[in-house]
Amino acid sequence: MDDILRLKDINKIYGTNVKTQVLFDVNVAFEKGSFNAIIGQSGSGKSTLLNIMGTLDTPTAGEVKINGVSTTGLTSKKLAEIRNKNIGFVFQFHYLLPEFTALENVLMPYRIGGGRLNREIRDKAKDFMTLVGLEKVMQNYATQLSGGQQQRTAIARALLNAPDIILADEPTGNLDSVSTEAVYELMRKINQTYGTTFIIITHDRRIAEKTDRILEITDGRISMDIHS
Amino acid sequence: MDISLKIAVRFLKSNKGQTILIALGIAIGISVQVFIGSLIQGLQKSLISTTVGNSSHITILSTTDDKLIKDYEWILNYIESKESRITKVSPVLDKPGFINRDKKADSILVRGLVFDDADKIYDIKNRLVEGSLPKKDYEVIIGRDLQKDLDVKTGDRIVVTTPSGARQDFRITGIFDLKVQSINKTWFLTTLSSAQSLFGANGKISSVEMQVDSSQVFAADSISKSLSGLNSKGGLKITNWKEQNEQLLSGLSGQSVSSYMIQIFVIISVVLGIASVLAISVMQKSKQIGILKAMGIRNSQASRILLYQGFILGILGGAIGIVLGLGLAYSFTIFAKNPDGTPVVALTIDPAFFAFSFFIAVAASSIAALIPARKSSRLDPIEVIRNG
Repeated sequence: MDDILRLKDINKIYGTNVKTQVLFDVNVAFEKGSFNAIIGQSGSGKSTLLNIMGTLDTPTAGEVKINGVSTTGLTSKKLAEIRNKNIGFVFQFHYLLPEFTALENVLMPYRIGGGRLNREIRDKAKDFMTLVGLEKVMQNYATQLSGGQQQRTAIARALLNAPDIILADEPTGNLDSVSTEAVYELMRKINQTYGTTFIIITHDRRIAEKTDRILEITDGRISMDIHS
Repeated sequence: MDISLKIAVRFLKSNKGQTILIALGIAIGISVQVFIGSLIQGLQKSLISTTVGNSSHITILSTTDDKLIKDYEWILNYIESKESRITKVSPVLDKPGFINRDKKADSILVRGLVFDDADKIYDIKNRLVEGSLPKKDYEVIIGRDLQKDLDVKTGDRIVVTTPSGARQDFRITGIFDLKVQSINKTWFLTTLSSAQSLFGANGKISSVEMQVDSSQVFAADSISKSLSGLNSKGGLKITNWKEQNEQLLSGLSGQSVSSYMIQIFVIISVVLGIASVLAISVMQKSKQIGILKAMGIRNSQASRILLYQGFILGILGGAIGIVLGLGLAYSFTIFAKNPDGTPVVALTIDPAFFAFSFFIAVAASSIAALIPARKSSRLDPIEVIRNG
């Protein structure tokens, strides 16, 4: 299978005077349509790694290739376009825009990409809201949703531009066990239906064990790589 | 709708209190600017109109010993053929005279006028408090104050003595009030031919008075220069109101400068106010801007959000400010009144000036948004994501 995302010799050093190296020569590739978990202690560098994969952060050395295209030296405009079209993010603190309704939040990546609103895209957004089980509250403002509902809205939002990869940083981190299970099932369903690649940071062993592949990061290095 | 504009509108709506406060801030600044501008414009207009409204703009005088001009028909024809901007021309014969009563004499200025022409400049007909304009020779109208001093009334006869001793009696046909005491006390307005025969100056005048088109009042000096061909005749001098009122004009320009200063500083304070509020707004919305960047919003789009906010605040504030400014101006004309009920200063409501002020409000707000917009453009999403 093709690799959708490939990291080559990634190093990340923070600070100019006091230098702290967070990542050491990380080499890893992810297959298209795979469902991956990254685990590790807090401070191990897993979030930094995820942010580098998503072009939000830049490596001090090394190369990130998305869909075979190297992101090194790309303009901020080009990177923004890659984030908009190829990547969907889901964060622990879901980050919906409180000024907009759930449905408008879901439509946001499409609007940012310059798309005009029409019936087709609205229907698509509504379908995603139905898929994540929120068809009844999609006209609510983000602040009027529960934590689980907000996280599911964030997943629907990440899906809208049909990205190749969804990067999730502890998506179930502050959800109860029932919601955690629901969100995980949802992501797995999307992975199977649309063939979207998932890379999920989690500290929940039970979730990690259900994925295709578990990567463990220890002190900035990949210490374990298990394919199930 | 541009997504940046939509986000800007939502951001403004989500912080209604802040939006209203800053819009009011802009509005008050603009209303002061509009009010001061209108006040100064009105003040200057009324000063100019009292100065040049009912007086000669350009005057041709004689420099000969007897201060008289012969063959004046030639001058009138020359003016008519040369300058279309001069709309009113009136030949005048001015000579001093006396009116004797008991032991004292009142000195007066006998002005021989062609009433049809002079009325266009001085608007005498409408300023008659009683009677009518002289029609025949040796008829006269006198000012209100002179009438009181002499204790005479319309229809009475008064005798005028010239410095050379000639005497002539005139019949009063009317009393005028030109609102200036010295004029009301001394002007003795009669027909040109009466004055000419009284002073033995047949066919002669002492000056030609002119008014230019009202839009050309400030071009009076250049218009008077274009009449310089008259100098070839010799013995003539051309003056204009600007020469005679230099102090007034420098006062007016000083006033304009100080008014502009006030207006500029008001605008600067508006700009600083908006810039600081929008800078705070970037901080408040940094989480949102960060997540928008993670979703792939371009830096230019992110900065446009702030520019649109400034633009919208400018439109809101400008519109409210103009309404407030009009209200201020209106209440000023209502409450600040002279004892006779006329406003102290008749404010000028100039739509072009209001449109200009509105434009200034929008432009200033948009410019003020530039710094926060840059901040928004440079905001690094990783800072927001990492720090939660």
